[in-house]
Amino acid sequence: MNLLKILTAGVFAAAAFSAAQVSASVLDTVKQRGVLNCGTDNTAPGFGYLNTTTGQMEGLDVDFCKAVAAGVLGDASKVKFITVTDKSRFDAVLTGQVDVVFAHTTIKPARESSISIDFLPINFYDGTGLMVKTDAGIKEFADLDGATICTTQGSATETVLTAAFKARGWKDSKVLTYENLEKLFSALNSGRCNAMSTDKSALAAWAGNAPKPTDYLILPDTLDKSPFGGFVAANDSKWRNALRWIEYGLFQAEESDITQANLAEKLKSEDPFVQKFLGVDGGYGKDFGLPDDFIAQAIKAVGNYGEVYDRNLGPKTKMYLDRKGTPNALWTQGGAIYSPLWN
Amino acid sequence: MTIHETSAVRGMVDHDHLKSRRLRNRIRHEAIQFGVIAIVVALLGLLAYAVKSGLAEKGIRFSFSFLANTAGFDISEGWTLTSGESFLPDFTLFSPDMTVASAFVTGIFNTAKVAFLAIILSTVLGTMLGVGRLSTNWVVRNLCFWIVEFVRNTPLLIQLVFWYFAVVLRFPPMASAAHFYGLIVSQQGVYVPALSWVGGDSMFSIALVTLILVSVVGAIFDPIKGMRRVCVAAAVIYFALLFVTGGVELNFPVANKFKASGGTSISPEMAALLLAIVVNSASFIAETVRGAIDALPKSQWEAAASLGLSRRYTVNDIVLPQVFRVVLPSFGNQYISLAKNTALGIAVGYPDLFNIYGTIANQTGHSLEGIIIVMASYLILSWIISTLVYWANRRLNPMGVPR
Repeated sequence: MNLLKILTAGVFAAAAFSAAQVSASVLDTVKQRGVLNCGTDNTAPGFGYLNTTTGQMEGLDVDFCKAVAAGVLGDASKVKFITVTDKSRFDAVLTGQVDVVFAHTTIKPARESSISIDFLPINFYDGTGLMVKTDAGIKEFADLDGATICTTQGSATETVLTAAFKARGWKDSKVLTYENLEKLFSALNSGRCNAMSTDKSALAAWAGNAPKPTDYLILPDTLDKSPFGGFVAANDSKWRNALRWIEYGLFQAEESDITQANLAEKLKSEDPFVQKFLGVDGGYGKDFGLPDDFIAQAIKAVGNYGEVYDRNLGPKTKMYLDRKGTPNALWTQGGAIYSPLWN
Repeated sequence: MTIHETSAVRGMVDHDHLKSRRLRNRIRHEAIQFGVIAIVVALLGLLAYAVKSGLAEKGIRFSFSFLANTAGFDISEGWTLTSGESFLPDFTLFSPDMTVASAFVTGIFNTAKVAFLAIILSTVLGTMLGVGRLSTNWVVRNLCFWIVEFVRNTPLLIQLVFWYFAVVLRFPPMASAAHFYGLIVSQQGVYVPALSWVGGDSMFSIALVTLILVSVVGAIFDPIKGMRRVCVAAAVIYFALLFVTGGVELNFPVANKFKASGGTSISPEMAALLLAIVVNSASFIAETVRGAIDALPKSQWEAAASLGLSRRYTVNDIVLPQVFRVVLPSFGNQYISLAKNTALGIAVGYPDLFNIYGTIANQTGHSLEGIIIVMASYLILSWIISTLVYWANRRLNPMGVPR
């Protein structure tokens, strides 16, 4: 009987505990814990990738995790990277295993309406592309009627491909899905897949990191647009707003020409906007539940958006994705990276 | 008053006393049983309530209505049931316009297909390996020993990845595929000629098909061995007749740019999964068979030898029939674990139930409901297998017959 009493008490306690956990904002949980649990991919060069020579996580998504840790906790090293796959990423954030996910996730309505997550602002504009082996003699998407096209399971590409086949009336084409990009790339190499389809940036990364990049051809077609954003569990505006404005802060820093290098100098600036923006005099942080210098901390850790981009995806990297002329450029240069008003 | 009397009187008293005590004991016993069940039910209810309210607080909806939505994603292979025009459901290839429920059915079909084939093939291969381990031939004995040792002592997942990437995907590409008598072996799959129905609704052809079915049923279930042989012969003759009169014809696969059309095919993913599971289960079955043969009294072998039976006849007619009576329950366990192992198909992209669940959970967001359906499906599949094994066991070991 004693055992039963303990069991009953346990269930009640578990229910009460889960209820208590829900009511607090993740922001408070993170501050209390002192470490940010950030979900990233570790097989996506340029976004989230374990650099085997340095043993460090690298990529655009990884830098966003660091910026959040710096903004919220004042220290970019207080971040624990938790690997999520295309399939596990939503459950990881819903169950509280991670506080936020930055994992090259395509923003689309079904995900906010039925998975109960809230997206953060777009941090990369991508498109769904296809890659074939050069010796296959395929030049464009139209050549692939009847082919087997492979992608990762749980990605937005799965439905994009199905829709593309339907629009063209292709009956024999098949979509084959693999767990992760590594298996997908092996299957393309073996010839099982006539084409590999995922976001163009990832295709560029896999071709660029291959022993012989010229063996692969990225087709000119873009099947659909694919805007990436981080996401958090739904119904926690305190946490979501804090993250949104850290992200906007990185955009605004580029626009205001504040970089990692000139930060110390800018902190001494007389400009009232810069003083408030960086939290030298007043600041925006307090009402968000953040330190006033949260943007300065984020910039100190990773630099502004342009620096983050160039370090991970820019022309100097293996990815070689130039921002010029793409939506990934700042709005002042004709792109779509735009921060709302800071005032 | 004698001692005897005293005890008799006291015995009477004891008897009534005992009766009421027994009754009380029984009531108490049943009350405890009932109480335990009530507490378990209450705890389960509480758990369900806690889960549901927890989900509601996180804004996660719990409902099965998503099953009726259009799937919108493709599945690389597999058949499903859809509500057809007639009363019976249609059995067709899955297409993205169908519902999420149809996608689940496709997954169940794919899982059941691999499990069914793997059970048959691993039983045959496993028995052969098990008998082979006791062969008098040194090469056969050691080969079987090392196969079994190697396969039993490495993880199935790694074997699966090996079969897929290192064996099946090393087949030639479609353009230079190997052709033998209409069979095409390529990394896009193995294509074999298939029978296709061209008899239309000709009464003669339909009558022949009915006769074939009756003969096949007879060949399996007729209690007399001679009759079973007659039934097999009849089935073959009727089939030949059907083929000659044009009721069915062979449909050869034709290679085209990316794949082959016509015929029937096994995809590389299914081939790899089937190979991995068959070889793995066969090595466990082999050990069961070998153990059972070892446990058989030596006198059985000696008696067979003294009757002048060759080793082949001894194994086939004396040893194996006795072994199968003993090993069937262990085979049942192996079949169930084999059926559950098909869930590893996801590692090579085979669209089994668990793989399709992953896609559905991601596209619809209903992962909890999905996993409940998946678990229930595996439970039912396992129950079906154990029922069949139980039925086969009853047939092989009738009540009261000594082993």
